[in-house]
Formats: sequence, C-alpha cells, structure tokens
Amino acid sequence: MALQATVETRRLPSSQALNRIGRAVRSNRKATAGTILLVIFILVALFPGVIAHDSPTLDAFKPHLGLSSAHLLGTTAYGQDMWAQLVWGTRNVMTIAFIVGLATTAIAVLVGVAAAYLGGLWDGSLSVITDVLLVIPLFPLLIVIAGYAHGGGTLVLIVVITATSWSYTARQLRAQALTLRSRDFLEAARVRGERKIYIIVVEVIPTMTSLIVASFLTNALYAVLFASSLQFIGLGDPNTVSWGTMLYWAQNNAALQTGQAMWALAPGACIAALGAAFALLNYAFDEIGNPALRPVRRRSLKQRPIKQRPIQQPPVEQGERHAA
Amino acid sequence: MRYVLRRLGFFLLTLWAALTFNFLLPRLMPGNPALAMLGKFHGNLTPQSLNALEILFGVNTHKSLPVQYVDYLHQIVTGNFGTSLDFYPASVDSVIGGAIWWTLGLVGVTTVLAFVLGTGLGIVAAWRRGGRLDSLLPPVFVIASAVPYFWVGMVLVLVFGIDLHWLPYVDGYYVATDSPGLNLTFFEDVFSHALLPALSLLITTIGTWILTMRNTMITTLAEDYVRMARAKGLPGWRVMLDYAARNAILPNLTGFAMSLGFVVSGAILIEYVFNYPGVGFMLLQAVQGEDYPLMQALFLLITVAVLVAILIADLATALLDPRTREAR
Repeated sequence: MALQATVETRRLPSSQALNRIGRAVRSNRKATAGTILLVIFILVALFPGVIAHDSPTLDAFKPHLGLSSAHLLGTTAYGQDMWAQLVWGTRNVMTIAFIVGLATTAIAVLVGVAAAYLGGLWDGSLSVITDVLLVIPLFPLLIVIAGYAHGGGTLVLIVVITATSWSYTARQLRAQALTLRSRDFLEAARVRGERKIYIIVVEVIPTMTSLIVASFLTNALYAVLFASSLQFIGLGDPNTVSWGTMLYWAQNNAALQTGQAMWALAPGACIAALGAAFALLNYAFDEIGNPALRPVRRRSLKQRPIKQRPIQQPPVEQGERHAA
Repeated sequence: MRYVLRRLGFFLLTLWAALTFNFLLPRLMPGNPALAMLGKFHGNLTPQSLNALEILFGVNTHKSLPVQYVDYLHQIVTGNFGTSLDFYPASVDSVIGGAIWWTLGLVGVTTVLAFVLGTGLGIVAAWRRGGRLDSLLPPVFVIASAVPYFWVGMVLVLVFGIDLHWLPYVDGYYVATDSPGLNLTFFEDVFSHALLPALSLLITTIGTWILTMRNTMITTLAEDYVRMARAKGLPGWRVMLDYAARNAILPNLTGFAMSLGFVVSGAILIEYVFNYPGVGFMLLQAVQGEDYPLMQALFLLITVAVLVAILIADLATALLDPRTREAR
C-alpha cells in the first residue's frame, strides 16, 4: 500500500474498506455465489415459517413416508416432517455460526492486535497462548469438554467452540498488525500523544477491516462444521431442531440402511452448502488480496510472459484445523 | 541449533499445557462429573483401580490442588491411566493398545496416499497454469473443504455399500465369520473393509495438499532461477520437478508431518460412521459410556501424537531449510 492509500484509509477507513468489499463481491464470481447462498440461508433462518408450514417437532404424521407434495422430503421414523425440520433447523446452525464467528473474531482481533502493537512481554505471552491453543487438536478437546458437560445444548456448544477456536485467526491478525506497526500514520498518532487503547481501536483495527471480515468467515465455517459434528455424535442437545441433530437421529435409526437416505443426505448437503458459502467468500477474499492466485485467461498467458509479484506464503494449516 | 532448542521448548510447553488442561477439566466442571461415574460402579472396583481413578479425577480426596497435581503428573508419567469402566477389568493401556493399530494403519496409509497424490496434482496444476486442471481444482476443493468429513463417509456407505453392494461398510473385518490371524483371507478382509473409510479420508484431505502445493509453486515459478532453467533449454519436466517443485515443496512437507497428527483426530468421525475399531471410535464410545479414564487417556494420546508430529515437522524443516539454521 502506497503512502497515498494510507492517507486515504486514514480519512474514512472502515466505510472505504466496506466499499471495496462491496465492489469485490460484485466482480468476483466466487464471491457472488457465496453471497447469494449466504443471503438465502439468512432469509430462511429469519423466516422459516414462510416455506415450511408444518411443525418441525410434531410427530403427528405417518412415519417412513417417501417424498410427496405434502411432505417434500418425506417423514422421519418418528413421523416428523423432514422438510420442516430442515428449514427450522437452519436457525440453530446460523445462530451458532454468527455468534461463534463474531465472538471468536472479537477475541482474535483483541489478542492479535494487542500482541502485535504492545510487543515485548505482552506479545510473548499472548503469542504463546495462541500457539499452544493452535496445535492442541481441537476436535478431541471439544469432544472431551462436551463429554464432561453431558451435552448441555446450544449455549454450551457456543461457549466451548468460541473458547477453543479463535487462535488460528488471532495469529493471522497479529502477523498483519505487525506489518502496520511502523507505518507513518501510527507514528503520527503516537507523536500526537494518543493513548495506546485509542491507537489500537481507532487507528489500527479499522485499517485491517478486510482481514477481519475474512477471519469472521473462517471462524463461522469452523463453527458450522464443529457444531454439526458434535451434534452428530450426540454431544449437543438431541432435542434441538438442527441439521447436526437430524444427522444424529438418522444415524441412530440406521436411516441409510432402511431406505430413508434423505434423512441423512438433506441436512448434510445443507451443512456443505452453508460451509461452501463461507468458504467461497473467504477464497474470493484471498484472491482479491493475492492477485497472483486469481484465475488466468489462457490467451493472455500465452501472449506475454506473466510477471507476478512475490506473494505471501499461503497458510499451510488451512483446512487442517478442520478436523471435523 | 537455537531454532531446534526453541521448538523443543515449545513442544514441552504444549505438552505441559495439554496435561494441565486434562487435569483441570473434570475438576472445574460444575459437580465433578467423575463422581457420578464412580458412583455407578461403586463396589465393583478393586481398591487399586479406585485409588488410581481418585488420583486422576480428584474425587474423594482432601488433598490440596497442588498436591493432587503432583500425584496426577506422577500417575501419567508412569503410564498408569487406571481401569477402563466399559471394558472392566481391562486396564486403559491394554484397551488402547488393541485399537491403535487399526487407526495407525488406516490413517497412516491414507495420509501418505493423499500427500503423494495431492502434491503431484498441485505440481501439475501450477505448471499448466490456466489449464483445465488448474481452473477446475480450486473451486472444487474450496467447496470440498466445507463438506463435513463424516457426511462424505455416509454418502459413500449409501452408494458403494448399500446401493451397489460392492464393499462392506461396518467394522474392521467380518467380525462374525472371520478371526484375526496371519492369513490371506484375513488380509483381504481387512483391506476391503478399509477401502471406504480410506476413500472418505482421501477425498476430504487431498484438497489441502493440492491447494498448498499449487499456491506455493505458482510463487516459485515466477522466480529468476526457473526462468534461467527454461532459458538454458532444459526439458520441461526437469524445470518443473527439479527447479520449481523442489523449492516449493517445503510448506507441504512440514504440513505432511503436522497432518499425521491432525488426521488422527479427523478420522474420529470417519471411524464412527464405519464402526471402525480404532481409537477415534473408541473415544466416542468412551464419551457415550461415561468411561472417563479411557476418554482421558485417548485425549492425551491423540494430543501427544499431534505434538510429536509437529516436533518432527519442525526438525525436518531445520534439516531441509538452511534459512532456519542461519536465522538466529
């Protein structure tokens, strides 16, 4: 970023970054697809009653029904309408994704930026905590905690996943904040005699908006996968209506073997689609930030030798934390 | 040398943190959950195993927390994890010993396969930048990274196990008709049972290798020494492998060692879907049966496996990358 860009960012930092994000979403196909998917899921989570008229918990129908116009996806072995379960289940998953995504990102921003900006002993201790949490295998840890807690429902899932899974993005944010440290506009703020907390909140954090949004997307994706996996093995509250618990009941009733494949296929496909929405948006952000990763047109590649900027090392651990 | 020492120090620190987590967890939970578990088995336990459990979980004791902590560490270091309650009277150590080979076999072979295939595909994708492979792979694997591992397993069960009847999809071998032994039928049996779980792991992990390799390789391809090699008129495959891939493979190599540990934990749900008799399935059984001693030991085992793998990756990096040796 040139000096001029820094000065502009300085003036209207966050609204400009948001504008940039908006433009990027329209011009990048992956981002457009991700946004459309995400908006659909948000709408379904907000107004499930509009497209699903039956109650998701009422077991009033004939069990084991196949697909029909009355029951779009058939009914479960308990006589519940599967379409209603799927639609109403969106709310639980979206709640977890957004709360965990926001909370973990907030922790990551706080820890990452504080470590980078304060430096010294602060940086040392915060980085060690981050790194330790980063290498301890999260999913077994989640299983053990949830096991001790006897599957305490959605709130326990949210707290446990938030507490354990902020470290990856905290590290990324710290790395970026470190590169900002010696910028002129921060120097200027220091010379003006601003307090550290003011500099962090008003000067540093707004310039990192796009990475913070990317962190939110990563964390939300992990939250969806972790929560669904825990619910699938029965460590959530099995009575909540959600995709993970649908899979739990499907597995417990041997749905695949008894010709009720839809019971397992539909919620899994929904998890994948929601996850893909977050992942597509995230990948699009990567492309926007790393021009070298953008898809190239074959013609232009042949005509002239490509000149690429050296790019940052792609994160090796991407997906590895995705133990679920 | 300093780098190696620092990594070693970090290894010990994380190990200590994991042990301490494990010590504090049952003690911090509202109403120590181990108390209820012991109540259920009251009267069935020998005094020794009761004593071991009391030390591990901090129940029925009037000792202060620091003293409990020292006792606990001593217990762990000597490898005494108590008695399994589900498999009573077998000790936790022996129960795990029976399961670990299944996981090591399944996960080990699959990881090596995913690494080799994924790295190869990544090299080719980056080399033919803009080609069909290159434009197809990233979006496919972005989406694949969002699919839950266990669900891929379920779909494979449905297609190849139930609809097509091609492959078995429960247990590690035909438990009813076959028995473990060093003969060909048993090997075939184990192999056919491992195919579907291995395939699910492969599908879900290979994307990381491809993407990491491709992205690093794209950077390397823009380097001057690659252009130089091309200018010298070297054959294309030599430039691709000896010049570009060789210098781009480091992140993937370190990732490989790290993933060995991570895949163990990723395999938990796959083993659950296929009733595969490894440590992951056992961990879930232990959680559901409230067999806390077994659960605790398995958690520590998986964590230590991951930490050791990361340490090996760090040491390999020190060996392969001169920059880490020079950096002080």
